[in-house]
Order: sequence, then C-alpha cells, then structure tokens
Amino acid sequence: MSVQELQKTATLEHTADGHHHSDGILGEQFETLEQQNTSYLIGMWAFIVQEVLFFGAIFTAYAIYRFKYVLEFTLAHHELSVPIGTLNTFVLLFSSYTMARAVRAAMQNRHKKQAFYLFLTFLFAGVFMVNKYFEYSAKFEHHLFPGGDYSAHAVVEHAQKMGELREVEENGQKFYELGKTRDGQFTAFKRVTPQEFEQRTRLFFGFYFVMTGLHGLHVLIGMIIIGILIGRALIDHAKNKPVADFMPVEMTGLYWHLVDIVWIFLFPLLYLIGR
Amino acid sequence: MTTTTYTGTDKPNYLNWKTSVASWLLTYDHKRIAILYLVSISIFFLLGGLAAAMIRMELATPKGDLLTSDVYNKMFTTHGVIMIFLFLIPSIPAVFGNFLLPLMIGARDVAFPRLNLLSWYFFMAGAACVLIALFRGGIDTGWTFYTPYSSSFAKGEVSLAIVGVFLAGFASIFTGINFLVTIHKMRAPGMTWFRLPLFVWAMYATSLIQVLGTPVVAITLLLVAVERTFRIGIFDPNLGGDPILYQHLFWFYSHPAVYIMILPAMGVISEVISAFSKRRVFGYHFVAFSSLAIAIIGFLVWGHHMFSTGQSIYAGIVFSFLTWIVAIPSAIKTFNWMATIWKGRVHWDTPMLYALGFMGLFVIGGLTGLHLAAMATNVHLTDTYFIVAHFHYVMVGGAIMGYLAALHFWWPKMTGRMYPEGWGKLAALLVFVGFNLTFFPQFILGYMGMPRRYHSYPEEWATLNVLSTAGSSVLGLGYLLPVIYLTWSLKYGKVVTERNPWGARGLEWELVDTPPDPHNFERTPIVTRPAYDYNHPEEPTGFVPKPRPVVVGGKDG
Repeated sequence: MSVQELQKTATLEHTADGHHHSDGILGEQFETLEQQNTSYLIGMWAFIVQEVLFFGAIFTAYAIYRFKYVLEFTLAHHELSVPIGTLNTFVLLFSSYTMARAVRAAMQNRHKKQAFYLFLTFLFAGVFMVNKYFEYSAKFEHHLFPGGDYSAHAVVEHAQKMGELREVEENGQKFYELGKTRDGQFTAFKRVTPQEFEQRTRLFFGFYFVMTGLHGLHVLIGMIIIGILIGRALIDHAKNKPVADFMPVEMTGLYWHLVDIVWIFLFPLLYLIGR
Repeated sequence: MTTTTYTGTDKPNYLNWKTSVASWLLTYDHKRIAILYLVSISIFFLLGGLAAAMIRMELATPKGDLLTSDVYNKMFTTHGVIMIFLFLIPSIPAVFGNFLLPLMIGARDVAFPRLNLLSWYFFMAGAACVLIALFRGGIDTGWTFYTPYSSSFAKGEVSLAIVGVFLAGFASIFTGINFLVTIHKMRAPGMTWFRLPLFVWAMYATSLIQVLGTPVVAITLLLVAVERTFRIGIFDPNLGGDPILYQHLFWFYSHPAVYIMILPAMGVISEVISAFSKRRVFGYHFVAFSSLAIAIIGFLVWGHHMFSTGQSIYAGIVFSFLTWIVAIPSAIKTFNWMATIWKGRVHWDTPMLYALGFMGLFVIGGLTGLHLAAMATNVHLTDTYFIVAHFHYVMVGGAIMGYLAALHFWWPKMTGRMYPEGWGKLAALLVFVGFNLTFFPQFILGYMGMPRRYHSYPEEWATLNVLSTAGSSVLGLGYLLPVIYLTWSLKYGKVVTERNPWGARGLEWELVDTPPDPHNFERTPIVTRPAYDYNHPEEPTGFVPKPRPVVVGGKDG
C-alpha cells in the first residue's frame, strides 16, 4: 500500500460525512486529504512568490546603485570575505540536500530518519549563522557597519594597496581618484571627494547588512520551524505512529530552498562580481 | 439522525453559539473574523473622518487660522494613512471577502483559517503602531512617505508608523494568499470558474495584487526606516541616494493598491445590480476578465504618478499610454452594469441606491483620471485639488459607496436583523449629495490652480472652499447615520429569519441560514446552475445533498 493510500484510509471516516473534527491530519474545512495537501502547496508557492517580490525590490535598488557607483561599490566589496561566503554557500547547498532527504523520509513515514536529516539541516543552518556572526564581527571591528562610527578607512587603505585608489590634492582640497594601475601606471576613471566616497561605500555596506540581515532572519525563522519539526518527528517516532502528515516538512522544505536560492543570488552579487 | 428545524433566533448561529470573549478573539471562523475586521475598521474610519473634518474646517476660511501649517500637515497625513492603510485596503476584502467567499463558493471556511486570524492580529498590531505614532505627536510626511520628507526632514515617529504599515501590509498579503488558495481549491462540486459570482472574480484579481504588490512597498518602507536609523543614503540625495527610486518602488505597489480598493467594490456592484434588477449580469465573462485585466495592467502604470518628478519623457509616454488602456476594462464593466439594469425589474432599495451612486461617481472619477493620464494636462493639474477630487471620486465615491452597498445588502445575512429602510435611503441620498458638494468644487479649484496640502489660500477661492466644507458636513452626517441606525438595528431592527430576504440568487442566499450556521452549510453543497440565474426562478443554484444513509453493521459500519 502506498503512502498516499495509507493516508487516505486513515482519514476515510472524515470524507464520509459532512462536518467532523479531524484527528489532526485533515483540517475541518477540507473534504479530502488531496484537497488539503494541494491547498498547502499552492499557498506555500504563493508565499514564495511574495518573498521573491519582497527581495526583488531590494535587489533592484541594489542593482541601480551598483550601476551608478560601480567603482565605489567594487572597492567596497573587496572587504567582504570570499572564503567565508563560499563556505556558507556550500553549507547552505548541503543543507538543502539534507532537507530534501528529510522530506523524502517524511513521505515514507520514517520518523527517525526524518528527525536525523532535519537535525543535520538545523546544524548546517547553525554553521551558516556562526559564520555570519564572525563575518559581521569583522565588519564591526573595521568600522564598516553603517552606524555611528562608520569609516571608509579600511576600504581606502585596501584600495590603495591594490593600486585602485589614489589620494590627490587640488587647491587645498583632498580628492580620491578611483582607477586601475597597469605596469606601474595609474589611470584614473573617476574623482570623488572623501565625503562622497564615504557615503557611497556606506551605502554598499548598508545594502550588504540589510540584504544579508533579512536573509539571515529567514534562516533563523527556518531554524525555529525545523527545530519544532524535529521535536514532532521524535514524538511520532516514540509513539511509533504509522502515518504522520508530511506536509509541514514538505512546506518547510520549499521555504528552505527559497532561503537557499536567495543566498545563491546574494553571494555573487555582493561578494563575487567585480573581482 | 435528528433533523430539527430551527427558525430564527433560537437556532444556534455563528454569532450566538459561543459567546465568550476568547471565542471571538481566538476564532478561526471566517465569519467571526470578518466581524472582528468590521468593528476595527469602523473605528479607524471614524478616526480618519475626524481628521478630514479638521482639514475641511481649516479650509473654510482662506487664512490659516484654525491649525498651524505644521498641525495641518499632520492632519492630512493622519487622514491619508488611516483611511488608506487601516480602512480602504482591508475594507471590502477583509470584511466581505472573509464573510462571503466561503459562502459563495460552497465551502466550510477559507483554506487557512489560522492564517486568517493571524492576519487580523498583524493588522491590529500594525494599526496600534500607526496610532501610537500619530498620538505621540503625529507625522507630517503625507500618506506617501515620500523621501526626503520621511527621511531627512521628518519630525515625529515616522519609523514607528512605517513598522505599522509594514505589519498591516503583511496582514493584507496573508488575506490575499488565503483567498487565492480558497478560490482555487475550496469550490464546491459543480462550482466551475464561470459559475462563480463576479464578486469572487473581483476578489481573485484583488488577491493577485495583494500578493504581488504589497511585498514591494513593505521592503521599500523598511528601507526608509533603515535610512532614517543608520543614515544610509538609499533615497536621500544628500547622502548619494535617489528619491525618484523611492517613488518608483512606492508606486509600484501603491498604484495597484488603488485597484485593491476599487476592484472589490466593483465586485459588490455586480452582485447588487443584478440582485436588484433581477437579471443576470450582462456580459458575465467580460466583467470577470475585466477584473483580471485591471489587475494586470494596473501593475504597468505606476509611472503616471511621476510625470512631473524627473522621470524620462519616453517612459512617461509609455506609462501614459498604458494608463489610458486601463479605461477599457473599466468601461467594459460600467457599460455591462448599465446593460444589466436595462429592461431589468429595478428595485430601489438602499443597496441599489449606493450601487447607482457608485456608477455615476466612478464614471466621473475614472474619466477625470484620463485628464491626469495625459501628460500635457497632467503638468497643469498635478498636485492640485483636481487630483484630490479625482482620487476621492474613485476611492470615496467608488470604494466607500461599494462598501456601504455591501454593508446594507448583506447586513440581514450577517446579523439576522434588517436596517430601517427609510433611514437607509435618506443616508444614501445624503452621502451622494454631500459627496458631490464636497468634491466637485475641488475639480474647479484644482483647475484654477489651488495646490493640495496647503492650509491657506487666496481670497478668490473662498466661495468654492466654503461650498466644499459645507458639503463635507452633509457627507459626515450621511456617514454618521448608518453608524447609528445599523448599531440600533442590532437590537431593535426587524428580525430576519428567512434565508433570502432580497429574493437574490447565490449560495449565500439560497442555502445558508440567516444568520449563517457556524459550519455554513449542513454539508458541502452541489452547484447545478450558473450565478445570477434569475431567468429560472424555480431552479435553485445548488442543493445540499441528503446525508448518506448509515447502515449499522453493514460493510461500511
């Protein structure tokens, strides 16, 4: 007997009569389990569409300023740590894999296996957050958090070392020239005042913190939900429940893949392009 | 199985089967959540109306004597923010959408009852933030939160108000997701897409906008709050940002948001017009698809708010063209409603009066929209009272007239009491006359060049402004009357026990008790006829199947 058939027999008594109180699987408003499950799926996809537009607006704003202040943003993004970003990308990708395994285990009603894979997913999410913590701390240390003590000093120093920024003085006023050094020869593309440079790199780090912060918030919410699901799976295992509703895991899986794919876009846009 | 037939008030219904406060605040019943929304938005409507009254009183005289310009700024901001985010956006969707969608499609509830309740709590939390911000000194940004008014130059608790709008926005998104899934998956057997009442089609189009548009304004406002907190120049030109970008992102939602307000009202009008003309809505398919067309094209016209704020002229031409296209589905609706009334047996009950008022006012509001959609006239009319008059014709003359039509039409179904018809007609008349008296002079004022958002004006505009203020007091009375007599009718109104007091078609009238049973239908109905089948009065739209006989000890037993 397939899983779907098992679940159908488990709720047959509900479909026979009008209104009824379910034993926890079939909601009172639904007629059949199939109706309930597809409703959940459509609802989750609608929520994901909503999330895409939510992040889409901020990606749009970022793209516009990336285009407008391309040199400043490129210099600022050198401060981001590619190794940690890469590590986090792989951590999240792997967590998506374990999540998919958890969904599969839930569909097969293998509660222990499901709990195990959910736990692995939770663990990877935790690793991601710990890495994020170290990354954020480093930014705070270099005064790159756009708060009261923000300073583009670290960006300027680094850019000078790479030969992409040079300080010039004209009529007693200080300027930064942004450009490239080739064969010991500096070519300036753009001249900005230190104040402008500070504002624009501040804008970059503003985007960096808002975008990765919102994403991190999504990871945290995912961890809470996964934590609850682990508990439920363990209870199902302890009670030796033959059939449990796999939809919560399925939907959390969809959400988790969304969180993953947002990062798949964030990583190259913030960390990689321009290198 | 016992089949006791209750009649009238002794039968347990959704209002009286549980009475504790918790049974209301923790209810998953879509009908009770609708009532929660109804009570809360009514309060917000009165608050917003109070601010409007202050504005009109100030403008009764040319001198800025009643309010200082600062307080005046706060007043119109209060009026706009409350009326739009706390009243118009949730009005018909959250009250009548919640109450009616499951009844109309033959379902026991919406697809996600818990999400539905959560949305009300999000809404109330948002409303609390907005109100706290307003009472702690108010905000003076205008309801649009335009930067840099809202970032560099703002006084007061702008960030808190933004958080409030953000939360209310997510309440709206949750409602949208819920309705989309409900319409897709919860229709009773036989309720095909083209048997759906047109209100359901309108709600479907509205939900699409809520899900696709609202997240954009949510993140945009969040960015404003971030800009204010951390001095990041996302939208502030002094810090390297671009205020035009804010306007793009804001109107990407806020223009479609106008359709969140008007589309459900259009759905209501379709229901009311056919019920009181006793005719099937003419051109059903066209009216249904015009809702979707408005929702889709509505996403492509936001730039017409920015013709004079530094947008490229070529973008302006495209936006102007697309805006004109919106007139087509709107006209399709209007002409089809007129064709529905034509040769119908028209009953002049209060809901019908509001519906007819809607049609007249919406036509004026829509056509003056074309003056603003044309770039050449827009330059002359933008930011004048012409615009104020235009959007009040659409939102007040359109959306609120539709809301009042719905409130009177479904009042007996919701409460089991009839409102007093004479008072209802008087109020409808007062609203119509008062509304026109208030806002028609503003078209002329705007054409003469009176700018919006100033608390004083030259002497020569005094007459028209006095007229407008006088009209607003008539309008205020027109709004106050229903508040009084509807509340009165809860206790003293004529008791309605029959299911279908209007002789209307639709599952909610034919198969649902008055007031509805907590479970709506005895069991899931089967739909056999299209909506509005007034030509076959003997044929019900659907029926509730008999219970399956229970065979004790049989194979199933």
